[in-house]
Amino acid sequence: MSDAAIASSSGGFGTGARAVWDVVLPVVVVVAVIIGAWYVACVPMNIKEALTQAERAGAVVEPAGAKERRDMSAVGLALANSAYARDTLNQERPRLPAPHQVGQELWNTTGGMVLNGKAFSKRSLIYHGWVTLSATVLGFAIGTVAGVGLAIGIVHSRVMNMAVMPWAIASQTIPILAIAPMIIVVLNSIGVTGLLPKALISAYLSFFPVAVGMVKGLRSPDNMQLDLLSTYSASQSETFWKLRLPSSMPYFFTSMKIGMAASLVGAIVGELPTGAVRGLGARLLAGSYYGQTVQIWAALFAAAILAAVLVGVIGLLQRMTLKKMGMVH
Amino acid sequence: MAPLDEERMNGVAQDPVIVAEKLDLTFQTNDGAVQALRDVNLTINKGDFVSFIGPSGCGKTTFLRVAAALEHPTGGTLSVNGMTPDEARQQRAYGYVFQAAGLYPWRTIAKNIKLPLEIMGYSKESQQEHLERVLKLVDLEGFGEKFPWQLSGGMQQRASIARALAFDADILLMDEPFGALDEIVRDHLNEQLLALWERTGKTIGFVTHSIPEAVYLSTRIVVMSPRPGRITDVIESTLPRERPLDIRDTPEFLEIAHRVREGLRAGHAYDD
Repeated sequence: MSDAAIASSSGGFGTGARAVWDVVLPVVVVVAVIIGAWYVACVPMNIKEALTQAERAGAVVEPAGAKERRDMSAVGLALANSAYARDTLNQERPRLPAPHQVGQELWNTTGGMVLNGKAFSKRSLIYHGWVTLSATVLGFAIGTVAGVGLAIGIVHSRVMNMAVMPWAIASQTIPILAIAPMIIVVLNSIGVTGLLPKALISAYLSFFPVAVGMVKGLRSPDNMQLDLLSTYSASQSETFWKLRLPSSMPYFFTSMKIGMAASLVGAIVGELPTGAVRGLGARLLAGSYYGQTVQIWAALFAAAILAAVLVGVIGLLQRMTLKKMGMVH
Repeated sequence: MAPLDEERMNGVAQDPVIVAEKLDLTFQTNDGAVQALRDVNLTINKGDFVSFIGPSGCGKTTFLRVAAALEHPTGGTLSVNGMTPDEARQQRAYGYVFQAAGLYPWRTIAKNIKLPLEIMGYSKESQQEHLERVLKLVDLEGFGEKFPWQLSGGMQQRASIARALAFDADILLMDEPFGALDEIVRDHLNEQLLALWERTGKTIGFVTHSIPEAVYLSTRIVVMSPRPGRITDVIESTLPRERPLDIRDTPEFLEIAHRVREGLRAGHAYDD
């Protein structure tokens, strides 16, 4: 990144464009390979259904009869009936939807709905994404504050280090799918509904990486640096503000990235036991109830894009903060 | 005439600054007790430049750390300006320079040097005043706004010396400050350190592994040996205070270096 910036400032547009291309090219190649492999995989995955439909429409397929084909290998069928490969890519309920189908669904439920003025309709992924996003961000904020607070306590108090850390680790060994419905139910019964229960599940998942990362970060100054401050008779709080906290910044942002991704998973899982009404999790669940594979994949991609954007925003904050601190050159 | 007056007439004031008497320090480790210092008696006078030399584990760094109240003795006493090391620290009696510069990467050179001043509660104007004076002392004027990574290793170490000088401590304790630098840079910094000592009249305790460095810099050389850490010889330098780099080729210099080496050998520093 910084190399590219230097090249473009010193060598003019030609070298700058070239440096950018050097970064873009590998990305493009990897994406192309993934999409290519995806298309290839669609053929054997969907071939049985495609052949059944073609046979129903009167075409001759090899071998004839769904019963005969049932126990044959998908790859063998695909090779024997390569003429029907195209039909595997445009089914309504494919086992594995083709990339362009997922892309089309994504557009129809986002950009297309914006153009129709129905950006926040119940079928729009923008609407569902927003629901998930608000729970994710709220949960992440709670988790980060809790994680940082715990880390400060653990670093400064031996008792907390011994008493809290095992519980924090134990909390993460419980499968979130098992505990999420209980959190929802318990909070519901005391009248807490809506955003907060989901956010708390997000916080439950995101506090841990932040706490662990911050403990490591706050402990990152070596003995020599701590000795230096004791020769100034610095207090514990001065040591914290002037040495420990600034030293922990790279760790802080890295653990926030993990925390944010975990928070999104938490919000989606938190949407499942609520009856699948709103949010990307609801969209996933509804898709699987009705066999809408295209809808499932579109929701999955929406979640992935959301995660990428959120993690990217933290990355941007990281670069800006560390640059301002003078820690990236 | 008392010996003290005699010294005064020669222009050397003999005020003891650091006095160690029967100093013992034993560390408890997993492998049992390690005697880092045993029965160490030493007086460092005001304006002295005292080097501590010896192999690893001889207690030279430990002695400096006891003087700086970073370690506490298990026997005997050590006083700094007539106080305990802890009290002396509260009085800002000494600045400490470590082997690595240890500058904060998120602070500019100027802000790094101001760090002790911030903690000790100097006013903004006073901080600036002190900063400008010590930058001049270590020859780093104009580098205040640079970040540490923009400076060479030698310049970073000079900045860390400036940081130790910033709050006007009369004693400078230096723990192998140039150990990580190459010989050419080290020569240059040795010259500068002598000039700085000459100008400021500080009392300096200096730990080193290098015989030429110890002989070149010091008014007194303390030779130590390990297991247990103890003093085997204290050598008064006969070299003049004015020391160009090529003084290291004179017979006088070589003779002192020889005596240091003999002292190390007597303490079995070259065994195993």
